[in-house]
Amino acid sequence: MTEFSYWDILRNLLLAGRWTVALSVIAFVGGGCIGLLLLILRMSKKPGAEIFVMGYVQLFQGIPLLVLLFLAYYGIGIFGIDTSPWVAAGVGLTLYTSAFLTEIWRGCVLAIPRGQWEASQSLAMNFGEQLRHIILPQALKIAIPPTVGFLVQVIKGTALASVIGFMELTKVGKTIANATFNPFLVFSCVAVFYFLLCYPVSLYAKSLERKMNVDR
Amino acid sequence: MKIQLDFWAVLAEWPILLLGVGWTLALTIAAVLVGTSLGIACAWVRALGFGNAQAPTWLKALVGGYVEAIRNTPFIIQLFFIFFGLPAIGVKLSAESASFLAMTINLGAYATEIIRAGLEATPKGQMEAAASLALNRWQTFTRVVLPPALKKIWPSMVGQSIIVMLGSSVCGQISIQELSYAADLIQSRNFRSFEAFIIIGVIYLMLSVSLRFALNWVGAKFIFGGRVA
Repeated sequence: MTEFSYWDILRNLLLAGRWTVALSVIAFVGGGCIGLLLLILRMSKKPGAEIFVMGYVQLFQGIPLLVLLFLAYYGIGIFGIDTSPWVAAGVGLTLYTSAFLTEIWRGCVLAIPRGQWEASQSLAMNFGEQLRHIILPQALKIAIPPTVGFLVQVIKGTALASVIGFMELTKVGKTIANATFNPFLVFSCVAVFYFLLCYPVSLYAKSLERKMNVDR
Repeated sequence: MKIQLDFWAVLAEWPILLLGVGWTLALTIAAVLVGTSLGIACAWVRALGFGNAQAPTWLKALVGGYVEAIRNTPFIIQLFFIFFGLPAIGVKLSAESASFLAMTINLGAYATEIIRAGLEATPKGQMEAAASLALNRWQTFTRVVLPPALKKIWPSMVGQSIIVMLGSSVCGQISIQELSYAADLIQSRNFRSFEAFIIIGVIYLMLSVSLRFALNWVGAKFIFGGRVA
């Protein structure tokens, strides 16, 4: 049996941290794109669009991320596609992130005064132009603090990808804990790693919020 | 290609599912009750201190550290730390008590921040009015400050309680027989993994919708005196 020095533990956790970060980025970017599409769909007032998006949000906010990940893992496999943990975790986390982001951003769009829509309409702008020139630039400004805040939830959410065998921080931590028989130390280190990833983001979100409240 | 889904094979194992629902609800209710109380106590320390006097600095720092530590680490790590890590320093807990403890301290941290926002929104005049009626600190807190604060933050607390209920699915990882563990057990018996997780997904969805209704009702009925928010 190989002996693990403290440095070995730290080094392995650091290397695993890369995959936590990579998965967070994938989920955040993927979820952001789908969330934006859903938001535009909902605002377009097409028949059925609102019900569809509301159902989507309720569905993916109402079942646990863990179950979502298992569904992605087994669900993709059922179509005869060889599922890697990367694909399943990416899909599961993207669905989860998109449901929350579209709801957060909807609140930001609703915060834009009605007059802005009416004024842009009276300038003969169509729906796309209204969004691009009038609504989204203003909504974007108020959307940034809560979006950054939600990034913390996404980073923490990636920890659940460990249950479908994705080798990120939690999974590697559990493996090392089993190998070294020192779960107290290893899980403390893992917790510190997550804290170091999340806390700066939390602080940044808080400072953005404070700045925005000064502007008002 | 043809895909055959067999939901009956999963539903035939209904006693396991029912037990799972029972565990999920029991853990959630216990954690919400104790976690909210913990949150109120911590919010009191953070927002108001003890009455007019401020809480001691070390206590404020301790509560602040607790809140930030919990809010910035994943629940699964908190659970693993309590269940696998603590026995190494001599604190042995059963899977049940570890799950309950992890869910409670997790909710407690989020509840602290939510409730604090409510407490801080108390107008200064109400505190002065309470003082002029010779209410003591405890009476002021329980009769004047807390009820309107709870009313204000009730929707956020309902949302957070649902998040905790969904989070309890992680407790299956340390072999609590809650709902997601039930799905895992069923799929290991009949290999209907996708169907099993669809069914518990639907059950979780129904639970979160009913929990929202139930908590809104409880809030309107008991917490803010019969008036619907």
